[in-house]
Amino acid sequence: MPSSSRRIWILRHSRVVRLTHWVNVVCLAVLLMSGLQIFNAHPALYWGLASDFARPLVVLPPFPGWATLPGEQWLAMGRRWHFFFAWLLVGNGAVYLVSGFVSGHFRRDLLPSGAQWRAIGHTVWDHLRLRFPTGDEARHYNILQKLAYLVVIFALLPAIVLAGMTMSPQLDSLVPQLLDLFGGRQSARTVHFVCAAALLGFVGIHVAMVVLSGLWNNIRSMITGRYALDEVGGNEEGDDDDSAQ
Amino acid sequence: MIPPSDRRRFLTRAAATLGLLPLAGCDELSARPWLTRLLASAERLTHWAQRDLLPHRALAREYSEADVSLVFKANGSTNPRDPDYRRLAEGNFVDWRLDIRGLVETPLRLSLDQLRAMPSRTQITRHDCVEGWSCIGKWTGVPLAALLAQAGMRPQARYAVFHCADTLEEGEDRYYESVGLDDATHPQTILAYELNGAPLPIAHGAPLRVRIERQLGYKSAKYLMAIELVDSLAGFGAGKGGFWEDRGYEWYAGI
Repeated sequence: MPSSSRRIWILRHSRVVRLTHWVNVVCLAVLLMSGLQIFNAHPALYWGLASDFARPLVVLPPFPGWATLPGEQWLAMGRRWHFFFAWLLVGNGAVYLVSGFVSGHFRRDLLPSGAQWRAIGHTVWDHLRLRFPTGDEARHYNILQKLAYLVVIFALLPAIVLAGMTMSPQLDSLVPQLLDLFGGRQSARTVHFVCAAALLGFVGIHVAMVVLSGLWNNIRSMITGRYALDEVGGNEEGDDDDSAQ
Repeated sequence: MIPPSDRRRFLTRAAATLGLLPLAGCDELSARPWLTRLLASAERLTHWAQRDLLPHRALAREYSEADVSLVFKANGSTNPRDPDYRRLAEGNFVDWRLDIRGLVETPLRLSLDQLRAMPSRTQITRHDCVEGWSCIGKWTGVPLAALLAQAGMRPQARYAVFHCADTLEEGEDRYYESVGLDDATHPQTILAYELNGAPLPIAHGAPLRVRIERQLGYKSAKYLMAIELVDSLAGFGAGKGGFWEDRGYEWYAGI
């Protein structure tokens, strides 16, 4: 680290973002594991209105006990966990969405800027070499981060909730459009599963990025809000921004 | 700004570790009564949202003949061994009778022929098993609302309890189910004696099963013997309102 660099602290995440983030972590973990428990009751997927047992899309071996909640085969308890935390996820998501729009968080922090779009190739190349923004550039999410978050917030999570709702026979009677949206209850069940896999993939990449780009700084900022930035000092040192570490 | 103290750093790490702990303990937690009660409270929220917040007389979607499943999976009891039921089945259900009793003005006792002679409803609907699969079938039967109107419901009646002929596992209680009057009198709630144009097969609940089209399959009790109107579910089985409910499944199976 050049002696000229100076550590400053910025407020990275608002209180609402931090709180809803951690509630979301717990919800998604419980929902995934209890969801695998429910899936194990009939570990096959279909496309269409109903289950054509002669032509499943895929038949999977049951998920092992360490991946399910509860660990043993216990569908009734898996459903209890799943639906309680589904409500929590939806309530938490509603708080986050309302706050995100009202506070301007989405527009300010998640909408990619024109400059970011123009430099997207450069950003991808930097990421492939595991070179992460530092200094002033690290004040904002990079464009790949923004796009990943936008897809999760406005595509994957709404889709998984809607697909889950489509599996409810009562909701199907109240909102039959749900069935048309997904092309049937069994299609919705498959979409629900695929979205869960996609979210798991996102979490894997997200956690890897958190570790690679400064584990404690990132985790601290999501708990206390404070994020450390190493800023380049005065101009007399002759350092330019690109060489700052 | 002030750099974080060691204490703050320790707290940060402790919080990160604690975040992972609850998951490891979830299995143990599943056995705790307070937690099962807490988790089960979501069922009341779901019931409120789906039945009280939103209008609740909507019909389940009805499908076309082309959508009918080639194989309609049979679940739960598929061939009851109970001696009384075997005797009735061997006699082609000629001696079978359906009792409608409890909080009614006039108890009814109906044969299969009498039920078949009544106005019927035919509906092609989707059956959603709690396990996750769905099948589409064409059901024909008598609307339960018509029978309840004929028997005359007393004002105290709150639930319809379905008494069945089958014992799912040796030494267990007979299968039973229950629904609120909103489902009991719903236009698609029928006592079905036909599946796909043929007499109801034994695997699907011969001679008569109920169809509760806006809830999961286990609510649609098979091998019906009696329907009892009651003001409380406390006196039946373990008091949770059904065979599977007594084993931890939701009474309101709308999801």
